[in-house]
Amino acid sequence: MAWNEPGGGKDPWGGKRGNDGPPDLDEALNQLKKKFSSFGGGSNGSGAPDGKNLLPIVVVVLLVLWGLMGFYQVDEKEQAVVLRLGKYHDTLGSGLQWNPKLIDKVYTVRVTEERQYSARGLMLTQDENIVEISLTVQYNIEDAKAFVLNIRDPETSLKHATDSALRHVVGSTGLDGVISTGREQIAISTAEKLQILLNNYRSGINVVKINIEEARPPNEVKSAYDDVIKAREDLERLVNEAQSYSNGIIPEARGAAQRMREEAGAYKSQVVSKAEGEAQRFTNLYIEYAKAPKVTRDRLYIDAVEKVMMNSTKILVDTESGNNMLYLPLDKLIQEGSQSKLRSDEGNGQMIDRITNQVLEKLQRNVEPTSMERRR
Amino acid sequence: MNNLLKSVIVVAVLLMVASSTLYVVSETERGVKLRFGRLIEADIQPGLHIKMPFADDVRLFDARVLTVDAQPASFFTVEKKRLIVDSYAKWRISNVETYYKATGGVETVARNRLANRVNNGLRNQFGTRTLHEVVSGERDALMEDITSDLNESVLGSLGIEVVDVRVKRIDLPQEVSSQVFRRMTAEREKEATELRSTGKEKAERIRASADRERTIELANAYRDAEQLRGTGDAEAAGIYADAYQQDPEFYSFVRSLNAYKNSFSNKGDVMLVAPDSDFFKYLQNQDGK
Repeated sequence: MAWNEPGGGKDPWGGKRGNDGPPDLDEALNQLKKKFSSFGGGSNGSGAPDGKNLLPIVVVVLLVLWGLMGFYQVDEKEQAVVLRLGKYHDTLGSGLQWNPKLIDKVYTVRVTEERQYSARGLMLTQDENIVEISLTVQYNIEDAKAFVLNIRDPETSLKHATDSALRHVVGSTGLDGVISTGREQIAISTAEKLQILLNNYRSGINVVKINIEEARPPNEVKSAYDDVIKAREDLERLVNEAQSYSNGIIPEARGAAQRMREEAGAYKSQVVSKAEGEAQRFTNLYIEYAKAPKVTRDRLYIDAVEKVMMNSTKILVDTESGNNMLYLPLDKLIQEGSQSKLRSDEGNGQMIDRITNQVLEKLQRNVEPTSMERRR
Repeated sequence: MNNLLKSVIVVAVLLMVASSTLYVVSETERGVKLRFGRLIEADIQPGLHIKMPFADDVRLFDARVLTVDAQPASFFTVEKKRLIVDSYAKWRISNVETYYKATGGVETVARNRLANRVNNGLRNQFGTRTLHEVVSGERDALMEDITSDLNESVLGSLGIEVVDVRVKRIDLPQEVSSQVFRRMTAEREKEATELRSTGKEKAERIRASADRERTIELANAYRDAEQLRGTGDAEAAGIYADAYQQDPEFYSFVRSLNAYKNSFSNKGDVMLVAPDSDFFKYLQNQDGK
C-alpha cells in the first residue's frame, strides 16, 4: 500500500493518466515522470554495480522469508484443511507442514477432541404434559473439510438441531416414559435423529453420545410430584406398620393359646390328682370305718359338729318350756356378725360382748321364763 | 541504488495490476461478475479468476449452508389451540444469478423473505393438524411438506435451496401452560391419593388377616383346653365314683360332715340350735336320753 500512496492509489498508472487532475496531483505526476526517466538514464551511471549485486540478494532474502513463513505445525489432535487459491486442496494430518503463504489458506480444526454442549429446557410430551430436561451432547469433528467448508457456524447448527431432535423425541414419548423408564431410550433416539440432521447439513460433526442428565417435571408441579413420592412411601409405611402389628399380635396369640392349653393341662392334672388323693383318702378312711362303723361314725360326727360349733355364733333356744313369742333381732345379729368379720380382729370380742348383752337384756325383759345359754 | 528502486517499483506495479485483475473465489463462496453493472458471468466456481480492472465488479456470496433462525411466532392448530413455535431453516444459494437478481446479494433480505415464507408454511401446516400430530409423530412429515413447498417457491424466485426446516420448540402460551400445570398437579394428586388408599387397603388386609389368625389361634386353643378339662373332669369323676361306690351312704355322711365344717367356718354365721339335737343329747342329761 505504501507504494501506492504517493500516487493516490491506482490512478497514476490507470485510466486517469491522461486526464486533467487537480494541480498538486499533476505536479506529483511530473515529479514521478522525472524520476522514471532518471532511473532509465541512471542505469549506465556510477550506482549500477551496487544495484545489480543487491537486487538478487533482496529477492532471495524475501523468498527465503516467504518460504519460512509457510511453515506451521499441526497438532496430533488437529487436522489442517488447505485451500489453494480458494479451491480445496488437501487435508493434512499432524506434524510439521509447509504451505506457500498467500497462495494457500490453512484452517486447522481440532478433530479428535471431544466437545461438549449442554442444554436445558421445558418441552411438551406426547400426552401434552410439560417436562424439564437437561442434557449434554458429546461430539467431535469427523470430517474437518465439511466442518470448515460446508456450513456456516456448524456449532450453532448443532444446537438448533439438538433442540429440534430432542423435542421431537420427547414429543413422541409419554411423560412417565420421559421421567422414569425411557430416559436412556430418549438419549439414544435423540442422538440418532441429531446425527441424521447433521449429516443432512453435511456439517462433518459426529455425535458421540447424548446424556440426559435430568428429566423432571417443572417447578410448578414439583410439589405434586414430590407428594406422589411421599404417598408411595406412605404406602410402604402403612404396609410396614400393619406388618409389624401382624408380627406383634400373632406370636402373642400363639403364646396365649399355648397358655390356655397349658392351663387346661394343668387343670386336668390337678383335678385328676385331687380326685385320686381324695379317693384314696376316702378309701383309707373307709377301711378303718368298716372295722368299727359305730365308733368311727360317732367320732366323725362329733368332731365335725364340734368344729362347726366352734367356728360359728350360735344361740341355743330351748323352746320346749313355753310357746311365748321369742323375739330375736336376727338381721341385726347377722349384720353385726358380718361387720365384725369385716372389721379388724381387735374389736371382735368387745363387739360380740356388746351384742350378747343386748340380746340378753332383751330376752330378760321380754321373755322371763326362757332360759338362755350363751357360749362363745 | 537506482536499479534497486526501479525493480522494487516494477514489482509494486505488477502487484497492483495483479490485485486489480485477479481475484480468488474461496471454496465457501460463489460469485457473480458484473461489467458496468450488467451481469456477465454467474456462478463463478472457487479458484483464481481474472477480471477487467475498473470495468468489472465481482460480488461474492456465502455458498455454505446458512441458517434462518425465525422469531418465535404464534400458530393455531386445527382444534384452535395456540402454540408458540420457534423454528429455523437451513438454506443455501443454489442459483447465484437468481439470488443476486432477487435480493441484490444482500443476505439479510434473503433471510427476511425466507423467514416470512417459512412462517407462512408453518402456519398453513399447523392449521391442518392437531396439537398431538404437530408435537409427536407427524413432525417429520410436516417438515418435509414445508421443505418441499418452500423449495417450489423459493428456488425459482430467490435462487435459494431450502435444505431443511425444523421446529426447535413448540410451547404452549403462558396461560395454557398454567392450566397444563394444574392438570398435571391434579393427576399427581389423584395418583398420590390412590397410592395412600392402596396403602391403607393393604395395611387393613394385613391387620385383618392377622386378627383372623389370632382369633382362630385362640379359639383352637380354647377348644383344646376345654377338651383337656373335660377329659380331666371325666377322669376325676371316674376315680371318685370308683372310690365312693364302696359305700355310698358313708361317703354321703363324710362328705356332709365336711360340708358342714366348710359352711360354718365363720364367726358371723349365726346358728339357732335346739338343744334336743343329737349333738346336745348329753347336755340335757347324762344318759343321753
